[in-house]
Amino acid sequence: MGSLSFFRQMLQDVRQQKLRTALTVLGITWGTVSVSLLVAFGEGLEARIRANQRGLGENIVIAWPSRTSLPWEGLGKGRRIRITEEDVEALRREIPQARFSGEMSRENSTFRRERVRITPEVSANSPIFAAMRNIIPAAGGRYVNDLDLDRRRRVVFLGDKLKQDLFGDQEAVGQTVMLDNVPFLVVGVMEKKAQDSSYSGRDEGKAFIPDATFRGLFSERYLENFIFQAHDASATPEVTRKVYEVLARRHKFDPADKEAIGMWDTSEAEKFFAIFFGTFRAFLAIIGSFTLVVGGIGVSNIMYVVVEERTREIGVKLAVGAKPAWIQRQFLAETLTLTAVGGVCGMLVTFGFLAVFPLLGLDEYVGTPQASPLVIATTTALLGVIGMVAGWFPARRASLLDPVVALKLA
Amino acid sequence: MDKLIELRDVRKVYSTGRLEVQALRGIDLEVGRNEYVAIVGPSGSGKSTLMNILGCLDTPSSGSYTLSGEAVAGLDRNRLAEIRNRHIGFVFQSFNLLPYATALENVELPLLFAGVSTKERRERAAAMLERVELGDRMEHKPTELSGGQMQRVAIARALVNRPTILLADEPTGNLDSASGKAIVSLFEELHAAGQTIVLITHDSGIAKLASRVVRVQDGQIVEDVRAAA
Repeated sequence: MGSLSFFRQMLQDVRQQKLRTALTVLGITWGTVSVSLLVAFGEGLEARIRANQRGLGENIVIAWPSRTSLPWEGLGKGRRIRITEEDVEALRREIPQARFSGEMSRENSTFRRERVRITPEVSANSPIFAAMRNIIPAAGGRYVNDLDLDRRRRVVFLGDKLKQDLFGDQEAVGQTVMLDNVPFLVVGVMEKKAQDSSYSGRDEGKAFIPDATFRGLFSERYLENFIFQAHDASATPEVTRKVYEVLARRHKFDPADKEAIGMWDTSEAEKFFAIFFGTFRAFLAIIGSFTLVVGGIGVSNIMYVVVEERTREIGVKLAVGAKPAWIQRQFLAETLTLTAVGGVCGMLVTFGFLAVFPLLGLDEYVGTPQASPLVIATTTALLGVIGMVAGWFPARRASLLDPVVALKLA
Repeated sequence: MDKLIELRDVRKVYSTGRLEVQALRGIDLEVGRNEYVAIVGPSGSGKSTLMNILGCLDTPSSGSYTLSGEAVAGLDRNRLAEIRNRHIGFVFQSFNLLPYATALENVELPLLFAGVSTKERRERAAAMLERVELGDRMEHKPTELSGGQMQRVAIARALVNRPTILLADEPTGNLDSASGKAIVSLFEELHAAGQTIVLITHDSGIAKLASRVVRVQDGQIVEDVRAAA
């Protein structure tokens, strides 16, 4: 008797009511799959989008000089504002809680290596640009450094796609490419990265050179844009305000004139994503949970039927001395077992799906759903709670049966 | 005489809506050790209610019930379960065996609730099945047994925890006459071996074999006859 017989009895129930049991377990299985897959997809998608976000840079602000839209101290509106490296130096000096890098660029210079000719975007900037924009050198190379700037070295750092176009699978670092017939030494190649947004093409197709070299070579004074990043992301609005103040003072425009310098604060997107994904995840979890709850209600219903069918057996057990609590435990254990079987099936389906999913090659679009500990813990906890609740009420009813009534003696 | 059962003015009232039904109207009954009592009466006489109360499946509305020196009336469900387990061995008309369990497992059941170890349960249940001559049917399921065999399994189950009283409700009601006779002679054997038996029946032929016949009618005892020893 005891546990052995308990399982045998369950098997007996299962055998007698194959379809019913299968459908009940299916309810739980489907609920488990819903919860775990939805949450897993939510996490995968979020990880993907955040990775793409990081491709542009985290909490950076991109600023580009434009025209004034407000009159200021006798000067009319519509004046062109031009920013130079000296302005960036001034910003660095006056706003120590952020880092800055100017950027110049041109799109009409041709790279030549052997027979390959390409006219990519050439971006000239300072070493911290790479740090802010998450441009990471692949092993064996480096980004442009301060020494390159000081000595106006003719060095170039290549986006991974541009490197591929110029060199194919050959090693590029240490090689020379011609930029408008001036030889440049390749010092590094970018590590492949995901990037979903940009303001002048993806970094993978660009060439990066020191801004000092660029100025000397192309006699260019003015920056096309500059980017900055507060050391503490929450200070971004304050830093932004100070940037307007400093530049307005230096260029004589109204510090409230937001059009004089256009700005794109990517931390705004970060805020949006934080809220969006919080809501999205909650939404998915709720949908999944309700599916599981519905499965639980199914189990509970079935257990009521089982209690009904086994009323006489309960009566016999009570008559020979089973305490009500023992009867309750028996049915609770049965419900939990059914729920656990459904849950394990669901988890297996989920793991199977997650194992197959990467083969579909959709990672770039929807990310790779992952059965993170959070997913597993959430699902398991939910299953446990649902099993307990689903079993509690039928088990309670069973334990409260009057033995006389259960044995149909009255 | 050693009193095992002592009922004093036991009444049982069922209320179904506005209607009150008095199933028992003041029963006084004493049963001593090693008595073989047959309770007889027509349907609706209250003998089933009396058996439920004797078996601690139900409690009286009023009056007192002392079983083996312990006052039973008013105990909670858990205590009643313990008393049933320790003192009462039930034999039902419809056998009431668990259909999915083997004969051996069915007999083990009361010992399970008594907290007896697996090994001892098995030994005692096997011994009891030998006692009712079903030693070769231990691993059979109820569906693989005849009615007479099923009832003998039920009797083995009733006796396995050495109950104070064997309480049988129409034990031959679902059996053919040959099987019924075998059960009845088993009861006589058990009685001869010292078992106290209370038997509910409406079969006067079976009742005659008991050492004492208590006749119930309209919720009261109308006759209490001891056979000449």
